[in-house]
Amino acid sequence: MADTDEAGERRVPAPRLVRLGRRSAARVAFTIDDEAAEGFEGDTLLTAILTNRSDLGAIGPDPRRRAGFCLMGICQDCWVRLADGRRVRACTTRLEPGMAVLLEAVEVHW
Amino acid sequence: MSPLPTVVIVGAGPAGIAAARRLAEAGLRPMLLDREPAVGGQILRQQAPGIELPPLPGFDPAAGPRMRSDLEALRDRIDWYPSTTVIAIEGNRLWAIGPSGEIDSTGWDRLLVCTGAHDRLVPVPGWTLPGVVTLGAAQIALKTQGCAVGRRIAFVGTGPLLYLSAAQHVAAGCDVAVVADTSGVGDAAAAVAGLLGDRARLALGLRCLRILARAGVRRVRRVTALAVEGDDRVTGLVIHAGRRRTTFPCDAVAIGFGLVPQTQLLDLAGVELAPESRSGLWLPVLDAAGRTSMPGVYAAGDGATLAGAEAAGLMGERAALAVLEDLHLASDRDRAAWLDRELARHAGLARALARAFPFPTRLEESIDDATVICRCEGVTAGAVRSAVGEFDAGEVNRLKALTRCGMGRCQGRICGPVLARLVARASGRSLAEVGRLRAQAPVEPLPARTRRADAADATP
Amino acid sequence: MTTRLEAEVCVVGGGLVGCATALHLAMRRVPCIVLERGLCGGQASGVNYGGVRRQGRTLAELPLADRARRLWGRLARLVDGDCEFRATGHLRLARDAAELAGLERWAAEARSFGVACEILGPDRLAERWPWLGPGLAGGSFCADDGQANPRLATPLFARAARRHGARIIEQRAVLAVERIPSGFHLQAAGGLEVRARILVNAAGAWGPGLAALLGERLPGEVIAPNMLVSEPLPYRIEPNLGMAGPGVYLRQIPSGSVIFGGGRGTADPETGRCRPLLATSLATLEEACRIVPDLARATIIRTWAGIEGRTPDDLPVIGASATVPGLFHAFGFSGHGFMLAPAVGAVLAELVLDGHSSTSLAGLAPSRFGVGRAGST
Repeated sequence: MADTDEAGERRVPAPRLVRLGRRSAARVAFTIDDEAAEGFEGDTLLTAILTNRSDLGAIGPDPRRRAGFCLMGICQDCWVRLADGRRVRACTTRLEPGMAVLLEAVEVHW
Repeated sequence: MSPLPTVVIVGAGPAGIAAARRLAEAGLRPMLLDREPAVGGQILRQQAPGIELPPLPGFDPAAGPRMRSDLEALRDRIDWYPSTTVIAIEGNRLWAIGPSGEIDSTGWDRLLVCTGAHDRLVPVPGWTLPGVVTLGAAQIALKTQGCAVGRRIAFVGTGPLLYLSAAQHVAAGCDVAVVADTSGVGDAAAAVAGLLGDRARLALGLRCLRILARAGVRRVRRVTALAVEGDDRVTGLVIHAGRRRTTFPCDAVAIGFGLVPQTQLLDLAGVELAPESRSGLWLPVLDAAGRTSMPGVYAAGDGATLAGAEAAGLMGERAALAVLEDLHLASDRDRAAWLDRELARHAGLARALARAFPFPTRLEESIDDATVICRCEGVTAGAVRSAVGEFDAGEVNRLKALTRCGMGRCQGRICGPVLARLVARASGRSLAEVGRLRAQAPVEPLPARTRRADAADATP
Repeated sequence: MTTRLEAEVCVVGGGLVGCATALHLAMRRVPCIVLERGLCGGQASGVNYGGVRRQGRTLAELPLADRARRLWGRLARLVDGDCEFRATGHLRLARDAAELAGLERWAAEARSFGVACEILGPDRLAERWPWLGPGLAGGSFCADDGQANPRLATPLFARAARRHGARIIEQRAVLAVERIPSGFHLQAAGGLEVRARILVNAAGAWGPGLAALLGERLPGEVIAPNMLVSEPLPYRIEPNLGMAGPGVYLRQIPSGSVIFGGGRGTADPETGRCRPLLATSLATLEEACRIVPDLARATIIRTWAGIEGRTPDDLPVIGASATVPGLFHAFGFSGHGFMLAPAVGAVLAELVLDGHSSTSLAGLAPSRFGVGRAGST
């Protein structure tokens, strides 16, 4: 599956998770790498990120891109960085309004 | 009047809740801790609000809320600690991180560990690609978050959950690429025979198969080899069964081969663990009531046995009765006897299911050298086999020290069983000799900035 | 079923000291048997901090440390394997003027032992290592010191010793030992009996116990250094870090994990079991985050402790026994023996075979505690 279309434009990969059916809950605004994104009340941070993006980026010095594995806080694959410096495990963290997730930020400081 | 003994229950799934109820009824005011904000464990995990799904086989959307309102009824008779993660046990003290992110400790007189289980994996080529998740993950995404883990999902592994999960996804309107089982038809016959003692479960199993059949879902049995295709994300699943090799295009793979009980806290508490012959997993040595080898420490549910989720609540109650007996408080012999009979019946069912869906030893034996077995540290099977040969090493913690397998963030939860069995095969030693990865505190990652709740008078 | 073995030398203890001794003896074609109670390197040798530094040692250790540093530089060839030694430098930090003066004094004295240290004020510290926190009075940097991987060192030495002909037997705790006319007779677990002319006591925390079996009283207490490790973080901290006084020590490995130490866990010398203490770990973390503030963003994924033997003056006991002919001691490294061990092995081989060593062991002799004094601790 090529990541560029006929015009040579970089194709953004589809979000990893697919929402099923209607969700009658309040929308929650947050950001990923300073871009506006939206989730729903009750989403885990992992759900919120992966319904907007195809993966969770890399973690620490390991270049492997992650997209969640166990979704229950066991595999520790889904740690992400927030702009306020916190590192959180996305699958066991509730999405909160205004959360600023950094997936692609360069690790100048840890 | 002497103070009540402190009884701490770790884990508020079906086992922990049942124990809490029993102990509360006896007037003991147990402490119930769970790292989630609500009770339910994994299977009855709280759903996000406003999810609207069609009816799913085997899923009662009211069961979780019922359990949570049961807890509400108990609230004034227990000490409920949600969002509280136990990370260490030292003697008869445990340390936990609370909702504020601060760490605190409590002593206990009796400890009941109900920490549940997670999926058992067999590493296959490509299993670390984005898009590969566990069967449990597919369930959590579907039921609690109203999401599918992909647009076209391949389900692979073995066990009743394989069929239940696939059927639930079909019922929810998902595109299921294939259901691939390492077990065979003969195994299925054993399943039916064993399940004849449990009509409800048998009926559910047949219903799932009907749902899959009606949807035209491809099913493969006796899978002997697997590989996930894709460069930077899943694009397909290659399945070998007999001489046939088929590629199923998909963008997600849900994989799981039964369950592994989470025994880290029991290990830290010093209880004896032993390898269970059929599964090859190290389980706590328990008496019929759930007492461990350590006086004052009990275990119940999926975190202690392979008896199945339906038995968890019964085990929790039985362990609570054992606590009451051991504290010389009024117990209920008739109820205990009934529970023992029910648990024996469930154990029989669990054994039948284990025969029906045996762990695929051949698949695990044939992990090739290039396949990563430790996701966290990127250690391959070949690196472990080399170290066994180069250093004549045959003890699993030694192999961890030499290869870094099991040193990562998950602390060997995912790779531990695979590592031990790989070392046993490569070194020619028995599972008992090879041993198991020793649990080390903190059993969950501890943020370096964590402060003590009692910081004012903190003295190490 | 009894197995009887004989050798010129029997080494009790398959830690780094025991295996290094066996290697050096084997390289000089002297057959030796090593008896290890568990797995080689399973105790302190395998779980220690991994520092390879001369800086900060009591001066009596410097001749040995100097020889060890030279060995570390060519260890890969010696053991035909990589212990992951890197000369990243060792940085010792002063929290106040008094500590800085202490660092300066040590640097001046150590110069005559061939150890070169650079003293830096707070501005130079901040300029060179910007990730250091505020409030430091200065530091001392020894560029040639560094760190290695303790988990690999002993297995590699054991393998090399075996390849040269040493016989290393694991799961053989020594149960009894007695003097006989030809030397020593030991009984070990598993029905093993060993006779040897020379006995080397490299039994670590169990060293005083073994000496006592032969009637020699040597002091030692059991301690359990408390250790922690973080998840992998992008690599930034190059030098091995320590404090001028007691306190945190930390180092980062190239794959990114940061290893911390400081304070004590608990140990039971009877069972050989030890465990870390979370209270100690939390205190260590708090201090580490003051020294390197960015560490506050890390998570800790594992803690552990190791069993170590400590002497009253924090110096090892190395040399011929004061009371038992043919017995040689090398234990009591008090939490800082890892770096010395390769040289201790070489020195012990010299003592056993030549009767003396080219390296000064002044101040480390067993006799410094009084010959056979009863009730000494």
